[in-house]
Amino acid sequence: MRKGTEPGTILNESEIRDVIQRFAQEIVSTYPDLDQIAVVGIQTGGAHLGRRLVHAIADLVRHEPDFGILDITLYRDDVALEINQPIVRQTDIPFEVSGRIIILVDDVLYTGRTVRAALDALIDFGRPRAIRLAVLVDRGLREFPIRPDFVGLEIATTPEQKVHVRLKEQGESSDQVILEKGD
Amino acid sequence: MEQIIIRNGHVVDPSSRLNEQADILIRDGVIESIGRNLQVDDAQDIDASGKWIIPGLCDMHVHLREPGREDKETIESGARAAVAGGFTTLACMPNTSPINDCQSVTQFIIEKAGRTPIRIHPIAAITKNLEGNELTEMGELIECGAVAFSDDGRCVANGEVLRRALEYARRFDRTIIEHCEDIHLATGGSMHEGTVSARLGLQGIPGLAEEIMVSRDIQICEYVCGRLHIAHVSTEKSVELIRAAKQRGIHVTAEVTPHHLFLTDEAVTSFDTNTKMNPPLRSERDRTACLAGLLDGTIDCIATDHAPHTITEKEVEYSLAPNGVVGLETALSLILTHLVHTRKMDLVRLVECMSLAPRRILGIPLAVIASGMVADLAIIDPEKFWVVDPSRLISKSKNTAFRGWTMRGATELTIAGGKIAYSS
Amino acid sequence: MPLRNKDILGITELNVDEIDLILDTADSFSEISQRVIKKVPTLRGKTVVNFFHEPSTRTRISFEIAEKRLSADSINFATSGSSFSKGETLLDTVRNLEAMNADIIVMRHGIPGASHFIASRAQASVINAGDGAHEHPTQALLDMLTIRQHTGTLENLTVAIVGDIDHSRVARSNIFGLVKKKARVILVAPPTLLPHRVDDLGVEVSYDFESVIPRADVIMMLRIQRERQGKVLIPSLREYSRYYCLTPDRLKLANPKVLVMHPGPLNRGVEIDPGVADGPHSIILEQVSNGIAVRMALLFLLGGRSSREQSN
Repeated sequence: MRKGTEPGTILNESEIRDVIQRFAQEIVSTYPDLDQIAVVGIQTGGAHLGRRLVHAIADLVRHEPDFGILDITLYRDDVALEINQPIVRQTDIPFEVSGRIIILVDDVLYTGRTVRAALDALIDFGRPRAIRLAVLVDRGLREFPIRPDFVGLEIATTPEQKVHVRLKEQGESSDQVILEKGD
Repeated sequence: MEQIIIRNGHVVDPSSRLNEQADILIRDGVIESIGRNLQVDDAQDIDASGKWIIPGLCDMHVHLREPGREDKETIESGARAAVAGGFTTLACMPNTSPINDCQSVTQFIIEKAGRTPIRIHPIAAITKNLEGNELTEMGELIECGAVAFSDDGRCVANGEVLRRALEYARRFDRTIIEHCEDIHLATGGSMHEGTVSARLGLQGIPGLAEEIMVSRDIQICEYVCGRLHIAHVSTEKSVELIRAAKQRGIHVTAEVTPHHLFLTDEAVTSFDTNTKMNPPLRSERDRTACLAGLLDGTIDCIATDHAPHTITEKEVEYSLAPNGVVGLETALSLILTHLVHTRKMDLVRLVECMSLAPRRILGIPLAVIASGMVADLAIIDPEKFWVVDPSRLISKSKNTAFRGWTMRGATELTIAGGKIAYSS
Repeated sequence: MPLRNKDILGITELNVDEIDLILDTADSFSEISQRVIKKVPTLRGKTVVNFFHEPSTRTRISFEIAEKRLSADSINFATSGSSFSKGETLLDTVRNLEAMNADIIVMRHGIPGASHFIASRAQASVINAGDGAHEHPTQALLDMLTIRQHTGTLENLTVAIVGDIDHSRVARSNIFGLVKKKARVILVAPPTLLPHRVDDLGVEVSYDFESVIPRADVIMMLRIQRERQGKVLIPSLREYSRYYCLTPDRLKLANPKVLVMHPGPLNRGVEIDPGVADGPHSIILEQVSNGIAVRMALLFLLGGRSSREQSN
C-alpha cells in the first residue's frame, strides 16, 4: 500500500499484476474450500479485473471458481440526476448465489454508492453467506459506511481529482492507474 | 369423323382479318381449313352462297329465370332461343330465385348450362341477396365459373359499397356491371318522363335518374382504378358522360339494347305493356344519341336485356306490368335490317359489337373463325324477309316489343361448340 | 445520447439513433425477466398510470408487468365505470392525473392523435399504447427487436405484412420503423383493406400472397376482422382465409429461414393456421417476452427524465 497525492501513474502494469496475485493468494489461503467462493465483477472495470482474479486463482490451485458480472445501473440511486443517459450493460450470474461467499470486485472504491447498489443487486439474486469486497484502488472520500476486504492501493484524494483505470481489455496499450490533477 | 363444308359464304371476322368469300371445312367440330374451292369427300355440304358467315354472337345481358321462374324461361329454352338468333354464348344475370350470390346457385347454372349446346356464363351478384350491403364471396364465385358481377335489376345505391366492390373485384381482374338508377328519382315511374308522359298522364322516370348514377359510378371507378360496365344505356347525357370518361382513360365500358336503338317513348301511346321496360324507352334525341354512341364506339356492344315474362303477368294495366321484353331472337335481325342494310353500320362493326366486345369485357375467349379453332359461327341469310310473330318465338315467353315488324335478314344456321345447334 | 422528446408517441417521431438506443437497451432488459426475483428498484417511487380508454388485456398486462419489474407504482385506469363514463372529458381527466403527479402516462385510445393531445397538455411523459389505427410504437419496437435478434440487422430484409393494413396501427408503426431502418416492406391484402395511395408510404403492394412468400425473410400476419366501423370490406372470413391465410402449404413456398410473426391475439385458422403459429418458424412468443423488455426499456429511458427536469 502506498499513499501519495502526486498526479501521474500510481500503478503500472506489473504492480497491477502483483495486486491480483496477492488477492488470489489471500483468497486461497483464507478460503481453502473454493466451492464456497464465487467472484462477481462490477461492470466494466471490475468485470475485467474479476476475470483476471479468477484466472490467477486457477493458476494457483488448478480450480476456477464461479464467475459472474454485474451491471448496477438499474440499482443506482442517482439515475435521475445523471446528465448523460446511463447505458445498461450485461448482467450474468450463472450460478446459485444463496449460501456462497461472494468476492465482489471493482476497480475504484470512492463514495461507496456503487458498492451499495451492487449489494442490493446481489441480494435480489439470492442470500449470499457473505460478501467480501476487493478493489484495485481505494481513493477515500466515503459517503457510505463501506470498507474493502482486499485493497490494491490506498490513496488520499480530493474530489476534484480523477482516478482513471486503463486496462488492456478495454483496448489500452498497457495497464495503468492514473491520478489526474483536479481543475 | 364428321365433316361439314360450308361453301361460298362471305366470311367476316375481324380477329382473323377475314372479309371475303371463302369455304370453311369443319372436321369433328374444329375448323380444319378456310379457303377457296376446298375439295373434300364425305362431308355434309352446306351451300352458303349469298349468305354471310360471322363468329357466334355473345349476349352479355340476359335473364334466364332459372332457378325460380321456369315458367317464364329456362336455361334450356333460353339457349334454344339464343341459337335461333345467332348467339353461341350468353351471360345470365343473378336476379333468379334463389339469387345467384353463392357457390351452389352458380354451380347449378353451370351444370344446367353444360347440357345446352352453347356456353352460358353466370354473372354473380355484387352484394348478398342483392341488398346492396355486403359483398359476395367473389373469389369463390369466380372459381365456380362466374365471369362478372352485377346487382342488375337494382342499382348499388350505397356509394361506399360500390367503391369496395370495384376495389375488391380488381383483385380478380373482373368487371362490375352496374344498373344505373337512382331509385328515389325513379320511384313510381313506368315510362320516360317527357312530352309523351305529360300527355299520357303516366308517372315518368327522368333520364336524370340514370345519368346521376352513371356520373357517380364513373367517378368512383376512376378513383379506385376499377373496371366498370354500364348496363342498358338509354340517355343522351349518359352517352356523353361515358364518352368523356373514355377520353380520360377511365376503364369504363357500356352496352345498349336493340329496343333503345329503335324505339322511343312514342311507342307507349298504345299502352302495350311490351313497351314497358327499365330503363324506359326514351325520347328521339336519346335514341339518336345512343345510336351515334354505338356507331362511334362510345358504346362498346349490344346486349338484349332479354327479360321473359308470362302473358298473364304482362296482360295487366300498364303501370302494374313487370318491366322487360325478350330480345334474343330479334336482335340480330333488327341490326341487319335497320343498320347494316341502311349502311349505317358495316358487318365488321356488327361482329365487333355483338361478338367480340362482349366477350372481351367479360374476359372470356373470343369466337374466332380460323383454322384450329372450335367452330363457333352463325350463317346469316341477309335477304330473308320475316315478320315478328310472338306465337312463333322459341323462347317460352312472348313479350316482344317488335310484334309485327318486318325483318330483312335472319339466322339460317348456328354452329356452337363445333356442332350444329340451329337450322332454320 | 438520450431520447430527444419526453414522450413516445409514435415511430414517426423517433430517429434511427433513438430506435437503436431503445432496441439496445431492451436487449439488456430481457435478462431481468429470466431471474428468480424479476425486479429491479430503478423506478421505485415513480407513478405510472395505464390509461386504457380502449379495452385491452394483453398490452395492458405487458405494460403492468414491465412497470412492476422496475418497481414503479402502477395504476390502471379504465374508462368504463369511471368518472369518464359519467361525461368527464379527456382534457379534465388528464388534468386530474397531472394534479396527482403521475410521472408517466401509458395511454391507449380509439382515436388517432389522442396521445398527442395528452402529451402536449401534460408534464408527465406519455407513452402511446395505441391510438386508433394510427400508431402502436411499442409493438413495432418489439417486432423490430425480435427480428433483429434472429437476423442481426434490419437493413435490406424483406418483410411482408399481411392483413387489414388500413385499420392496423401495428402495420403503420412497423411500416414507419422498417422503412426508417432500410428494410423492404411488402404489404399483402385485398384492395379493400389497403389505404388509398398506400404506395406513398414507400412500400411495395401486392394482392397475391403466394407470389410474395418466396421473397420474404419475415412474414408478419395481422389479425382480421370482418366488420370495421360498420363497413363490410371483405365478403366473409372464409373468402379472406382462402387467399390470405398462412397455411402450411403456403409456408412451404417460403425460404427455409423465414420468420413468422403475429402481434396477437391470433384468429387461429383465419389468418394463420394453428400448426404454423405453433411451428418452428414462429417467433410469436418471443414477441411477447420482448414486449416486456421493450416496455421496460422505454419506461427506464423516460423514467429518470421527469425527475431530472424537476430537479433542474
